[in-house]
Amino acid sequence: MRNPFRSEAEAFSFVIVAALVFLVVALVGAAFGGWWALAAFLVLAVGVGVWMRSEPKVREPAVWSHRPHERRRILVIANETVAGEALRSEIVRRSEDGAEVLVVCPALNSPLRHWASDDDHAREEAHGRLEASLSALAAAGVEARGEVGDADPLQAIEDCCRTYDPDELIISTHPPGRSNWLERGLLEVVRAAYDLPIAHVVVDLEAEAASSSTARSS
Amino acid sequence: MEAHAAHPPVANKSSRVDSRLLGIYIFIASEVMLFGSFFTAYFFARVVVGPKEYTTWPPEPFELPVYLALLNTIILMTSSFTMHWALQSIKRNNRAGLIAGLLLTFLLGSTFLLIQAREYTRLGFGPDDLAFGSTFYGLTGLHGMHVFVGLNLLAYALIRAVRGHYGPAPHDHLGVEIPGIYWHFVDVMWIVVYTTVYVV
Repeated sequence: MRNPFRSEAEAFSFVIVAALVFLVVALVGAAFGGWWALAAFLVLAVGVGVWMRSEPKVREPAVWSHRPHERRRILVIANETVAGEALRSEIVRRSEDGAEVLVVCPALNSPLRHWASDDDHAREEAHGRLEASLSALAAAGVEARGEVGDADPLQAIEDCCRTYDPDELIISTHPPGRSNWLERGLLEVVRAAYDLPIAHVVVDLEAEAASSSTARSS
Repeated sequence: MEAHAAHPPVANKSSRVDSRLLGIYIFIASEVMLFGSFFTAYFFARVVVGPKEYTTWPPEPFELPVYLALLNTIILMTSSFTMHWALQSIKRNNRAGLIAGLLLTFLLGSTFLLIQAREYTRLGFGPDDLAFGSTFYGLTGLHGMHVFVGLNLLAYALIRAVRGHYGPAPHDHLGVEIPGIYWHFVDVMWIVVYTTVYVV
């Protein structure tokens, strides 16, 4: 949902929208009278309400304080792919200088369960994947901690930018064609919204599973 | 024990919104309710009481200066554009644009208040003239006070801008962003007041 006063730019847009809405109301009132003006206002108010319920195409960058840290901070956003070897290797490589790592797993949920506020199962699953990934990272010598984030990856990133203040971002997805996040244009939106180095890691879990089973059998 | 006494506890940031922005959101929400109560009084006087007591609205012989208020509306709308220009300027590290935008916004807001004060002296009725006068002065006066508060915020931001404060990074121009949000809110409220009180 849009907050019309989320930022100065959005508040300015809302001034324009309000001016247009009330211009129409005034014209209808001048032409037909007060009750018609009220009817016009109600119709337009419903329209503005629907518009406010929709998601903006491009979100303004969240206002958050980015200050230099003693140790570089890496924020990793990954869901099912959090257990992938490709992601783990990338994290290990990027944190060789002793960087702090925060791994966030958005608790993906079905729309029905989301609307019913039934996210316990989704959070448990995300937590399980996160624990396995953190153990693997610890075994590789990476000091990482983890959180289960909002189901919307964009919201999860925004939340962490406010509370963690990362220096760089790693987004892990399934390969193109199988990734819902890529389909929704997550990378483009994040790159437009955040002035941070952003790495995209593609994790093909099926290929990794096949190669590991081949290695075991040989 | 001494550590607790020496400073307040660390702020809880569970809202995940910058506390200064959260403050202006909550403030605006309370302002919407305040204006809502004044609009309720105005519409009660106009829709419930008005038709029983008077044949026209505004009650004869009162008249409202619709075109002067339209000029004021245009002035206030323009000030929103200059405010937006000011903030866009500092986002591009253009300090001259920031100062010029804030100064123009301040001057336009001051002009709005001066015209409204002049309007009050020539209306020919006061707040104690019928429910109409009370609700008219209540609504427009409440809005005028908000413009006055906004002018104070703008003056403070302008002084800081002249002294070299603010920068292009988001956390470096919150001192302009927040007065900007407030100013646009005041502008939206005037659009509602002008349409409902002067036009419809």
